[in-house]
Amino acid sequence: MTGALRVRVWRGGEDGHFEAFDVPRHESQTVLDVVTYIQRTLDPTLAYRFACRVGMCGSCAMTVNGKPRWTCRTHVDRVAEGGEVEIAPLRNLPVVRDLVADMSEFFDKWARAKGQFAPTRTRADGFAVVKPDSRERREADAGIECIGCAVCYSACDVVTWNRDYLGPAALNRAWTLVNDSRDGAQAARLAAVSGDAGCHSCRTHMSCTEHCPKQISPTRSIAGLKRATLRLALSGKGDER
Amino acid sequence: MSVRHEVRLWVAQRVTAMVLAVCVTVHLVTIIMAVRGGLTAAEILGRTRGSVAFAVFYGVFLLAAAIHVGVGLRNVASEWLGWRGLGAELAVTAFAVLLMVLGLRGVWAVYA
Amino acid sequence: MRASRNHPAYWAFLVHRVSGLALAVFLPLHFYAFGTVLEGEARLDAMLAWSEQPLVKMGEWGLIFLLAAHLTGGLRLLALEFLAWRDWQKTLAALAAGVSLVCALAFALAR
Repeated sequence: MTGALRVRVWRGGEDGHFEAFDVPRHESQTVLDVVTYIQRTLDPTLAYRFACRVGMCGSCAMTVNGKPRWTCRTHVDRVAEGGEVEIAPLRNLPVVRDLVADMSEFFDKWARAKGQFAPTRTRADGFAVVKPDSRERREADAGIECIGCAVCYSACDVVTWNRDYLGPAALNRAWTLVNDSRDGAQAARLAAVSGDAGCHSCRTHMSCTEHCPKQISPTRSIAGLKRATLRLALSGKGDER
Repeated sequence: MSVRHEVRLWVAQRVTAMVLAVCVTVHLVTIIMAVRGGLTAAEILGRTRGSVAFAVFYGVFLLAAAIHVGVGLRNVASEWLGWRGLGAELAVTAFAVLLMVLGLRGVWAVYA
Repeated sequence: MRASRNHPAYWAFLVHRVSGLALAVFLPLHFYAFGTVLEGEARLDAMLAWSEQPLVKMGEWGLIFLLAAHLTGGLRLLALEFLAWRDWQKTLAALAAGVSLVCALAFALAR
């Protein structure tokens, strides 16, 4: 495969601009290959993130032709529209520079959703027995492979429309913990994921599910949170946040 | 707006949705059957005048619709217009009340 | 449409929200029309006669479709949220569209 690829790359901060480059095409070329080529050969000032480059870490997530994707797992052949590719930083996050987004708010919301395990046992207690085929464990397992890449967060329009919305990743993580029989913070967690900032603002667009590179369905998890918070509200034991 | 209030609004919208699912189905079937061969005021009024069942059904239908529309508009105002807070809540409540008033006037008009 | 939005569940959301908005605009007019009978039966008959015009009939047909679409889309949402998650939501969206169309057609044929 020969010829050139016309690549438009975001430069600068929030009020930056697209800059065009011509990149030689190769077989099995990924978008990360393209970005790397530009930085190494054409413009060393281009800022971008990557780490494993083999589809495991999620660091290389960017917006490619309008969709949030892992650039190391995006073949140019699959996305080049008329020999052109447009690469921008992840949507819904502040831009640090060029293709680098500031992930702080993504992880802050993870914490606000009580996405951390709250232990109840000590080393003096025996092992917790968790049956792997129980309904709760299967629910948790369906969402546990999340590596926090923020592709779902970038795909979600509710995150764009509602700056307080915790987002699909944080809520998905909260759901996996809601289903963890060992966890001791259930009441506080359900309170944390309730309301306009929480699961009740999910409009079931399913953009998160559509784009997740790990085939997780945050929509499914958030629906679970809606049922769990409703049960808590109906039982009259809801916490006021 | 407390979280508890926000959750209650969400629950109200889901509950009224279920009530409306029944009411709308009945309403749609009635309309589709009624408009066969044209529709006159006399035909409508023949069904509604003095009918308590009609008045109660449409009263419940109205209340559920007003609440459902109110919460729905609150969501749209917040997400598509960026309009939140007390002003927005009062505006959608006012619209819901308007719907109730106009609706009750209509029900009364064809019942009495 | 922005690339990240171009999938069935998002279209279902748009149909649901737009139909809801249209209904919210229509309802006050609908209630007002029935209130006119307070001014006498002839007034309601006049309004019903006015609604026999082709453009108005088309509008009514559109509204019945919007109502059916919003209802079936809403049932789909209730199923997704309250029943244990099932992965055939695309089928649900299609079913919702189908039922709406059937309702609208029934209305059109009934006239």
